[in-house]
Amino acid sequence: MTTLFTILFDGVAYGMLLFVLACGLAVTLGLMNFVNLAHGAFAMTGGYVCAVLVNNSGWPFFAGLPLAFVSSALIGVVLERALYRHLYTRSHLDQVLFSVGLVFMSVAAVDYIMGSSRIFIKLPAALEGQFDFFGVGIGRYRLMIIVICGLLTVALQLVLARTRFGSRLRAAVDDPRAASGLGINVPQVFAFTFAFGCGLAGLGGALSAEVLGLDPYFPLKFMIYFLIVVTVGGSSSITGPFLASLLLGIGDVAGKYYVPKMGPFVIYTIMIVILIWRPNGLFGRTATR
Amino acid sequence: MSIRSQILLAASAVAAVLAVAPAQAEDAVKIGLILPMTGGQASTGKQIDNAIKLYMQQHGDTVAGKKIEIILKDDGALPDKTKTAAQELIVNDKVNFIAGFGVTPAALAAAPLATQGKIPEVVMAAGTSIITERSPYIVRTSFTLAQSSTIIGDWAAKNGIKKVATLTSDYAPGNDALTFFKQNFTAGGGEIVEEVKVPLANPDFAPFLQRMKDAKPDAVFVFVPAGQGGNFMKQYAERGLDKAGIKVIGPGDVMDDDLLNGMGDAALGTVTAHLYSAAHPSAMNKEFVAAYKKAFNSRPGFMAVSGYDGIHLIYEALKKTGGKTDGDELIAAMKGMKWESPRGPISIDPETRDIVQNIYIRKVEKVDGELYNVEFATFEAVKDSGKTKK
Repeated sequence: MTTLFTILFDGVAYGMLLFVLACGLAVTLGLMNFVNLAHGAFAMTGGYVCAVLVNNSGWPFFAGLPLAFVSSALIGVVLERALYRHLYTRSHLDQVLFSVGLVFMSVAAVDYIMGSSRIFIKLPAALEGQFDFFGVGIGRYRLMIIVICGLLTVALQLVLARTRFGSRLRAAVDDPRAASGLGINVPQVFAFTFAFGCGLAGLGGALSAEVLGLDPYFPLKFMIYFLIVVTVGGSSSITGPFLASLLLGIGDVAGKYYVPKMGPFVIYTIMIVILIWRPNGLFGRTATR
Repeated sequence: MSIRSQILLAASAVAAVLAVAPAQAEDAVKIGLILPMTGGQASTGKQIDNAIKLYMQQHGDTVAGKKIEIILKDDGALPDKTKTAAQELIVNDKVNFIAGFGVTPAALAAAPLATQGKIPEVVMAAGTSIITERSPYIVRTSFTLAQSSTIIGDWAAKNGIKKVATLTSDYAPGNDALTFFKQNFTAGGGEIVEEVKVPLANPDFAPFLQRMKDAKPDAVFVFVPAGQGGNFMKQYAERGLDKAGIKVIGPGDVMDDDLLNGMGDAALGTVTAHLYSAAHPSAMNKEFVAAYKKAFNSRPGFMAVSGYDGIHLIYEALKKTGGKTDGDELIAAMKGMKWESPRGPISIDPETRDIVQNIYIRKVEKVDGELYNVEFATFEAVKDSGKTKK
């Protein structure tokens, strides 16, 4: 019985991590209708920034995390202004080709600068190991992931639903022409949102180094997982991807534990079943644009 | 000028060309080196490339009057790229050897080309037993997983380990490691309580490790490709398997010297069987490690040693044939060759063309503040027991 809770806990932590990594993609894909396959590259950037700061410059881990967010967001805003915005109106194929190109460039660049072997971020001792909670093994690091990602999710939901910026964003997405007619600076809103999504990916990348491992091939390896989260969750809100991440995280961990022979297929099976049942994802509505 | 003298002139010109052309070809011996220099296996490629450079610095680039020329191609450990690279090297560059091969599928992809072209294929990394059976022109200077896995199986059964859970990557070398470990361990009276094969591109070991933990074995037998060892050890410690008294044993790939230091103290006490440790206490190895560190600012691992021995084998074979590059003669020269390597005494089995070497049982310990695999038992002259034709 206690094992069941440990599995559940690990699954939730994994799912939360997937959510932080992928929710930026849900925003760009669902809200801005842009297929950004290079999303993982921003996650990788955040991870490496954090690793360099913590391992080489001696920063504490918790100072490295915000920096991972900031650096990825900055790179995101620069690329958005310089490159991405030219492709908003282009076909999805162009967008895919462009962003896949970016992925390969980022892989090669990181491989050149940082080397191809997997790196780890030095953790404070307080985050290592497991503790017992009524017989359930709780990993400290995974607990921290759940706390951070949980808070972020609540904050995101509040910002989108309750703040002026949130309503501007939703308006800009629903009908960009009417929104700009009402005096909303649509490009600015998009740029900010894009940067924020990249920042989240960067934070996710830094957090995931310990669990998923960080190497130059990160954007390619996890592209599939991000896409699964967004397709299963539907990309019209962030609740969808959130629940999808949890479902996939728990499904993946439990599947690997209980039927290790089938392990890697469980996540794909869940995806196929859900997509047959609801082709637009759990909470999807048909894209209007 | 008379017609006759014109013909003479033309003839002598042709003769001159004919005389010069083979002389040029004869002067150089070309070695096509195919390695993964990018991708997840890049550390293998870099180590072998470094070791070959080091060897050529130390021993010069001329053997038996021939200049050695290395042509390096990156295959990213993708077998179809390996095949293309091998084809180009053999057909266009007219190489006399092909060498390298980071992973088993790459070595196998080049095998038919080696046979057709009658060109020696020196395998410096890939470790599945069947490789040398795929072409009579394949010689290996690395290792086979059967060598280390059978030894660790015997050792575990004799040293108080009764129940073992296994965790191996689901591809040819992982399956080899599992099969041979199981065979010797159960023959020695041990019991496998849990058997898990993890996907090769596996992001998170957590659920598999939880399963290991719940099976309560005396030890976990692990084989994952070199790059994933660090991640495995981290999560092993995070999940508290070390505190639960579960030991880690396995072939030495997991504890590769170039990654060992990054694994942290969780790796301490891990017992593995392998062909090489940077801490091997021979004078030759100390010299090799020092030279390698000086040249490349990192610790050589078993891949570096395999590359070092691979190029040595090519040099020695050329010396024996007096610089002749006929494939059959070279292979004949390589068969049965014995020498002292940084890893200890090794030889090429004349029957299988595979390597015969000592396998050492090592334990991870801290030496001068760094983690090393310290050898404490030796099994001498171990042959590959994994050949299908016995």
